[in-house]
Amino acid sequence: MSVKTNEKGEFRPRIVAFCCNWCSYAGADLAGTSRLSYPAEIKIIRVPCSCRVNPLFILRAFQRGADGVILCGCHPGDCHYTSGNYYTRRRMALLFSLLDYLGIDRRRARVEWVSAAEGARFAAVMCEFSKTVHALGENKKLGDLRCRELVN
Amino acid sequence: MQRIGELIRKRAEELLADGTVSAVIGWKKGEFFYDETPAVFRSAAELGDFVYDGFSAPNLSKYLIKAAGESGGKILALLKPCDTYSFNQLVKEHRVDREKVYALGVECRGMLDIEKIRSLGIRGILGAEERGGELLVHTLYGEQCCRPEDVLPEKCAYCKSKTHALCDELLVTGDTPPEGKNRFEAVERLEAMTLDERFAFWQGELSRCIRCNACRNVCPACTCLQCVFDNERSGVASKANSDRFEEKLYHIIRAFHVAGRCTDCGECSRVCPQHIPLHLLNRKHIKDINAFYGAYQAGADTESGSPLTAYAEGDRDPCAVDRKGGSC
Repeated sequence: MSVKTNEKGEFRPRIVAFCCNWCSYAGADLAGTSRLSYPAEIKIIRVPCSCRVNPLFILRAFQRGADGVILCGCHPGDCHYTSGNYYTRRRMALLFSLLDYLGIDRRRARVEWVSAAEGARFAAVMCEFSKTVHALGENKKLGDLRCRELVN
Repeated sequence: MQRIGELIRKRAEELLADGTVSAVIGWKKGEFFYDETPAVFRSAAELGDFVYDGFSAPNLSKYLIKAAGESGGKILALLKPCDTYSFNQLVKEHRVDREKVYALGVECRGMLDIEKIRSLGIRGILGAEERGGELLVHTLYGEQCCRPEDVLPEKCAYCKSKTHALCDELLVTGDTPPEGKNRFEAVERLEAMTLDERFAFWQGELSRCIRCNACRNVCPACTCLQCVFDNERSGVASKANSDRFEEKLYHIIRAFHVAGRCTDCGECSRVCPQHIPLHLLNRKHIKDINAFYGAYQAGADTESGSPLTAYAEGDRDPCAVDRKGGSC
């Protein structure tokens, strides 16, 4: 049984979520302590600020088998470092547009602004994103064959 | 172009002789007549090898990073209009010391592309010269004629730089650059395709990439002392694409790294040995930046910052899509 299918053999997408330490990671924490469930296939990587995320990280996530990547940060105007998320917004707008231009479905990558008080919203966003990626199917266009486990 | 070449050589000799400059960076014949290479000349005698004609396409601005540092006094840089944008960008990023360069603007009518001459069916080419508005090609089998406008390289066919962005002196010869067609034409055509068609196009193009890194080496915006692709521990430092993904990753990342700083000089596509239309990636970024954050031309001056180093409170959401058709 590979990691991408559950006991019933259904496809479960692998999703990487880059969460900024101050807002969205705290939001994720709140979702947890409030016992709000969201899919377990979402793997959170904590970063100090959403602008820490390099396009190379996103592509690396896809290369290593992620089917979807989501960046969560503070709401624009509320960045802990004042202006980090403004740069994220510009960079990711260009990157997602370029990915689309290269023929990769842009619904696989997303940027969401989730604050520390929005535990319910974090759970809702993750559920919705997981559903979207599930509908899109496994990421074949950006995969690296070396990183895939042997599938028989 | 020979007449202009002589004018440039004479002016360069004068500037060397009166001590304004101690070295000249220009072009000289390479292995083949159509393959000119940048070269530094330090005396009138060395300038004997200097040449400027339709094959002097190389953008000399990047070589100033090293050459300006090495020469004792000022260095004379010969810049075509498109090269001046790259030069401005390098000055802005403090890679080239403006004080050490004497920029001589050279007027340009557009360069010639040997592949395009060959594609007209002309074989056994020994040389080419422009005569009276026509291109006379000397071949093993006799003389053939064609029009320079038909054999312009990609970067000249879409020329956007009609005048020099800056120069200390302009060598006026009355040459005007070619009529630039809409340079986003191919980008728009790609955007109108479906997602899968685009993927198939880029897969077909990028799978020919042999990771020679010529595009990176020639790009004036790629001047990092330690390139991310030179880091053995990053897993992406190879001289060959290890898999389907890496052939795209290299180009996505490189295009992104120069976004906002790319002057659209077209050198990347010109030097690609596999003829991959890399400039289409950079032009996509330029088109997006113009649409999202206001029209911006990198290198038009030495003050303005790249749109990626600034922000506005009303910036668009990264997931917003305004096109109909295509993806989503």
